[in-house]
Amino acid sequence: MGDLQFEEVSLRFPSESRPAVHHVTGQIHSGEVVVILGPSGCGKTTLLKMVNRLYEPTSGQIFLDGVNIQKLKVTRLRQQIGYVIQQAGLFPHMTVAANIAVVPRLLGWPKPQIQARIDEMLDLVRLSPGEFRHRYPAQLSGGQQQRVGIARALAGNPTMLLMDEPFGAIDGITRTALQDEILRLQRQLKKTILFVSHDVEEALRLADRILVMRQGEVVQFDSPLTLLTQPADEFVYTLLGADDMVRQLGVLPVSAAMTAIPPEDHNGARPTLSPQDNLREALSLILRTGAPALTISQAGQPVGLLTLERIRKLAVGKGGTPP
Amino acid sequence: MSYLLSHPGDLLALLGQHLGMTGLALAIAIFLAVPLALLVARLPWLNIPILGSLGVLYTIPSLALMIFLVPIFGLNATSVIVAMVLYAQVILVRHLSVGLAGLDPDVMAAARAMGMNLWQRWWWVQVPLVLPVFLAGVRLATIVAIAIATIGAKFNAGGLGKLLFDGLQTNRYDKIVAGAIAVAALALAMNGLLLWLEQLCPGPGRRKSAPGPPEPLG
Repeated sequence: MGDLQFEEVSLRFPSESRPAVHHVTGQIHSGEVVVILGPSGCGKTTLLKMVNRLYEPTSGQIFLDGVNIQKLKVTRLRQQIGYVIQQAGLFPHMTVAANIAVVPRLLGWPKPQIQARIDEMLDLVRLSPGEFRHRYPAQLSGGQQQRVGIARALAGNPTMLLMDEPFGAIDGITRTALQDEILRLQRQLKKTILFVSHDVEEALRLADRILVMRQGEVVQFDSPLTLLTQPADEFVYTLLGADDMVRQLGVLPVSAAMTAIPPEDHNGARPTLSPQDNLREALSLILRTGAPALTISQAGQPVGLLTLERIRKLAVGKGGTPP
Repeated sequence: MSYLLSHPGDLLALLGQHLGMTGLALAIAIFLAVPLALLVARLPWLNIPILGSLGVLYTIPSLALMIFLVPIFGLNATSVIVAMVLYAQVILVRHLSVGLAGLDPDVMAAARAMGMNLWQRWWWVQVPLVLPVFLAGVRLATIVAIAIATIGAKFNAGGLGKLLFDGLQTNRYDKIVAGAIAVAALALAMNGLLLWLEQLCPGPGRRKSAPGPPEPLG
């Protein structure tokens, strides 16, 4: 559930000379986080808005789970796709609870189920229901509003989530916290997420795959690591800052560079990381603590060893080269 | 004041006429203003012709307008009510169209994107958001209508203005004072009532609930 397919999708606004989106083809798999990345005006938001038919393509088709979305009733389609935008777009005259209840109400859920769902959603985004249920959006901080925005988008149990630069207007610290929240929710819920961003760091943190767009066209659609190590052209190379080694280490897991623990090793006092952490964190930890190596442990059991030398070797091997 | 106390029956009859005219005029005005404002909101190019001509209408003094209407509707309450509807129209259409134009486009996009149909967007989102602005317009229109209805007594429409004009003609100062007090009291009372209605609209700030302490993260 949540497979999305673009087939030769184009959209030209009547007043514009060149198309906003031009022959976009691509498949987004169920449960995948795809970030649409590109400079402003590249058509990324336009592409996103065609998925819930806020815009209609001038040519091409979009399929959701194999069904052409043109064949679906537009309100029904939108009710099964969560939508999160910048500034959250919460209804200012409704309480937090009423905002979250909108899609369940549209879907005609029974009242007790809606009430239970509101609390469940608030717990999910870590806002205490007792404290936040009856507040109005104006009584929340930007970060809290965006949490409610996410809760509202998820309330109808959609198969797919569209997020249009949701954290664009939020300060750096809160943004990082919200990105962590998305990653945590995604591990838990496994939705298909299509996320528009112009922030490379954000894209690298969140995405399973990144769809890079320029002037309405897809330039490259690949995993973060592939984009950094094999950029399709100069544009992708510059946009992603593929010459930035530290950035590359940020998309590589610790497990890619760790070695087995030598049998005679008894040094348990080393700093530890888990195999899922990235090499950028590992490098930072080594430099900060001055330790010669890190113990990599999973569920309390040491599973490997990571040295500065191993990180350096891997980095040299992976050096991104301009095309 | 003593006149008011000694003639409660007369006063109530005149008050009834006054309220009847005002109420009828406002009902007709609202009935006309809502579709007109929606039209202006939907087709922005109508903004200048519609609001412009209503604005011109508003600059005509009420006495002159009513004199102009008498040959058409006769020397009776109808002319007065038509004048009241026209004046209220300016205020209501302007308030409502400004309110509709001021709706946050992000909020309206969210309503659409969540799968609300036209009807649900209107009743769940647009009406509650525009209602405070619209009620402020109704309040202003009511005060204007009460004032015009007072002058209406001159045109055989009855109402509290009758006290004023009768008093002037017969040099009865107690009647003039009574009429003035009654009209002022009515205007203040209606203003208070509608203000109270505005404050019943949901939303923060209008209700007495203090925002909680800010959260450091997220």
